[in-house]
Amino acid sequence: MAETIPSGENSLLRETIAVRKIGWLERLLGPENYRIVTGLLKTPASILGFVLIGLFILIAILAPVIIPPVTPNDTYKIPRDGFSSEPRPMMSDWTRNTPPLPFWWKPIMKTDQWVHILGTSQGQYDVFYGIIWGTRTAFRTGLIVVIATFLIGIIIGSVSAYYGGVVDNIIMRIVDVFLTLPFILAALILAAVLTPRIGKSLYPAIIALITFGWMGYARIIRGDILSIKERDYIMAARVIGVKDSRILFRHIIPNAIFPTLVLASLAIGDVVLSFAALSFLGIGTAIGYADWGQVLSFARNWITSLSTYWYIIVWPGLTLVLFVMGWNLVGDALRDVLDPRMRGKT
Amino acid sequence: MLTYIVRRLLLVPVLLFGVTVLIFAMLQFLSPVMRSALYVKDIPKNENAINGIIKQYGLDQPIYVQYWRWLVGHTVNGQRKGGIIFGDFGYSRTASQPVVDLIRNRFPNTLDLTIWAVAPVLLVGIWLGVQAAVHQNGFIDQAARIFSIVGTSFPTFVFGLLMLMIFYANLQWFPPGRLSDWANQAVYLSSFHHYTSLLTFDALLNGRLDIFWDAMRHMLMPILTLSYISWATFVRVTRSSMLETLRMEYVTTARAKGLRERDVIYKHAQPNAMITVITLAGFQVIGLLGGVVITETVFNYPGIGQAAASAAAQLDVITVLGFALFDGFILIVANLVVDVLYGVIDPRVRLA
Repeated sequence: MAETIPSGENSLLRETIAVRKIGWLERLLGPENYRIVTGLLKTPASILGFVLIGLFILIAILAPVIIPPVTPNDTYKIPRDGFSSEPRPMMSDWTRNTPPLPFWWKPIMKTDQWVHILGTSQGQYDVFYGIIWGTRTAFRTGLIVVIATFLIGIIIGSVSAYYGGVVDNIIMRIVDVFLTLPFILAALILAAVLTPRIGKSLYPAIIALITFGWMGYARIIRGDILSIKERDYIMAARVIGVKDSRILFRHIIPNAIFPTLVLASLAIGDVVLSFAALSFLGIGTAIGYADWGQVLSFARNWITSLSTYWYIIVWPGLTLVLFVMGWNLVGDALRDVLDPRMRGKT
Repeated sequence: MLTYIVRRLLLVPVLLFGVTVLIFAMLQFLSPVMRSALYVKDIPKNENAINGIIKQYGLDQPIYVQYWRWLVGHTVNGQRKGGIIFGDFGYSRTASQPVVDLIRNRFPNTLDLTIWAVAPVLLVGIWLGVQAAVHQNGFIDQAARIFSIVGTSFPTFVFGLLMLMIFYANLQWFPPGRLSDWANQAVYLSSFHHYTSLLTFDALLNGRLDIFWDAMRHMLMPILTLSYISWATFVRVTRSSMLETLRMEYVTTARAKGLRERDVIYKHAQPNAMITVITLAGFQVIGLLGGVVITETVFNYPGIGQAAASAAAQLDVITVLGFALFDGFILIVANLVVDVLYGVIDPRVRLA
């Protein structure tokens, strides 16, 4: 501590310089990024958000323990109990294609017979299995799309900001073009075009969401780089003759990247939502794949009798809402922290 | 002002070119056989005939030739074939009619729906936002805050399905679809005049309140589903923009010189707070065109969104791309209007 205070007997200096303990995390992240992290952990709403996210991560990791797969080679295939179309109510007996009993079943359920905890949907697909294994699908698609859009956005945004002038102008017009079509329609089209080429799987929708999802990050990182470019330490680096590429990669990007990084990681909720919307519309995975939009889309044929079969939309719907809400709560807190008017108020 | 508008207008051809290139690029994922649906109604099964068509319409030509032909069309046997600038988007396999006819039939329904979804939000949503700001932390403010967090977390299709479950399956109040059978027959009678081809407005103009009410009964749930997110964002953005304006010094000046509080809020503060709101309004209208895809599908409402989604689910790409082109054109114009309006309202923009 002592060395942070200038030596000498100047008592005025001693009083005006606030001596503050700097923890390892703050040292690691730098003051501005540290402020973002601590700001996120302060409000009850964002903590609730983190709890929800944590819960879903647990479910995703423990999926084989919660409900073991029937076909170990193809764990994402929802097991079917027969072929009749009529949904079956919650807690009805599971006769065909029963999963192996997990260890928690007997002590809690008091039987050694599987039941459809949340009922079956159209075609006797087990809703519970779809929700639990769908969590893994959600994280998988969410992570792939977020990482890919983030990287593309960072590269395009920093090239645009760094070169400026004509290059910047052209790139920003391309961004405008990609932003012209409504996101969900654009993704719908690209997924529909890709499906005959790649076949029904997660990938047409994932590629579509990536293709039309990077523009936001490119814009944000571009803005941040433009403002950091003007700071004194960049000027200092130029003056002592550091190479352009080194300035960009060592000095500008590491300082500009953090807000975009946090923003991107919180976009997983939105990505999963869009992905579920696409598979709800019938684009994407093959029928019976464990993903939430798919499970929900079964309800489309039972609109008139939803008063009886309410469980085929309420449970998967609730799961999706809680998942998205978890990310939104944290995202909301982040927006407050990143708001420049809030600076210095934490 | 003029230079601003001209500069903004110059961007339009760039965007048009970009969007057509983007959509044409997506077309290239299709095989030449599937792309021939751009020009012919029935794709023959016989291989020789297929090759003939590919040759005839130049689907094996270099890509820039194909793009040009797709854009402005070309003459085959003295007839113009294709040419999206003439409104020829190809044939829809799933609807068995030209894509443009499909759009022409479906678009009025979508427009009808969006008008009813947008107008109440603009009128009441802004008023609510202003009230939330003026009475900060009051009842409206708190309610709006909770509503906006819950609202933005509800996926449209989950919300729509829940509405159907409660108000249709359980209570039998609001059915999905467009019209009841009796009303559908009444609309096709020659005594029913289609002035605007927007159903609710036609019903009113014909003095048929029963048909208007029937249409509304079918539309109420889609309207709510389409607009609840707009309500949430509008109230929140109006509120924060208004709060910021109320802290400005000129508002204090207005109060200090003894103006009535009503005049301070509605005449001095509100117009300036609206600048942000108008940009948002533009984005919202644009967002609705994407939103109709899901909402119309959930409620089986016969608009362009439902047509696009069902064509996409059956992998009828030509049709979906036609819708994309149409949406793209509308949105480029809508963006232009928003930007020009923005310049009219905020002098700082046009001087920048």
